[in-house]
Amino acid sequence: MRARVLIRPKQGILDPQGEAVQRALPALGFSGVANVRVGRLVELDIEEAEQLAPMCDKLLANPLVEDYEVQLLDGSG
Amino acid sequence: MRFGVLQFPGSCDEVDALRAAERVGEAELIWHGDRDLRGADAIVVPGGFSYGDYLRAGAIARFAPAMESVIEFAREGGPVLGICNGFQVLCEARLLPGALLVNANRRFTFRQLELEVVNASTSFTRACVEGERLSIPAKHAWGRYYADEQSLQMMHERGQVVLRYAAGQNFNGSLADIAGVCNEAGNVFGLMPHPEHAVDQLTGGSADGLKIFQSMRLAVDGAAV
Repeated sequence: MRARVLIRPKQGILDPQGEAVQRALPALGFSGVANVRVGRLVELDIEEAEQLAPMCDKLLANPLVEDYEVQLLDGSG
Repeated sequence: MRFGVLQFPGSCDEVDALRAAERVGEAELIWHGDRDLRGADAIVVPGGFSYGDYLRAGAIARFAPAMESVIEFAREGGPVLGICNGFQVLCEARLLPGALLVNANRRFTFRQLELEVVNASTSFTRACVEGERLSIPAKHAWGRYYADEQSLQMMHERGQVVLRYAAGQNFNGSLADIAGVCNEAGNVFGLMPHPEHAVDQLTGGSADGLKIFQSMRLAVDGAAV
């Protein structure tokens, strides 16, 4: 099965990358943009979905500074 | 006294660490795939970009066979020094509290820094005096130290904040100006600046970094008596 893991900097942790993107957008004429946060996306094929959480805790995310969200995609995805 | 200096694919400061360690004792490199620490009395996890810094700096190096042995060595009380990428590896391995995030200025930054010794009683700073200033270079993009408030408070109470950036020197945005921390037991220490580059006035801007290696020597010799 296909799985998708979204990894984000935790709330309240300064995200300099998000800030840089937020500052760049108005320069291109996009207005009304706020609270930009930049994270990471990991997609993988996996046989046992219950392995995803320990996988995230151990390697894919650093739970001290990042939150993660697992999405299971159907076979056609 | 014998230092073992780890070498990962992507390490770049292991030879300087080796040379610095050789000024106070014997030293040899240990390849990341090797589980045998060859009787080292102390371990240095050096700077660089282990495994290309893929995923997060230090995240993959933490699982190297040599690191498994280092984790066991540290749990048994062996002294472990992590410099820059080595600090990141030790945090990822949970041998040290907290994490290192991208610099607040988003840039890879290289500069000679003034550090302040906050705790001079550790195995890594006993050749210094409290409040002493060390001039040591730093060069990194991911050096912003972060720990949650509760951990920070406990670290302060237990003397785990060992080095901090002197006033005006905290370019990376580290919380509480923290430059170097140790674990609760005091046998694992990590810092972002590079003491191994500051062992000779001619090339390092100072020889202050040598004090970190001399402290380790004193600690190991003291423990052996």
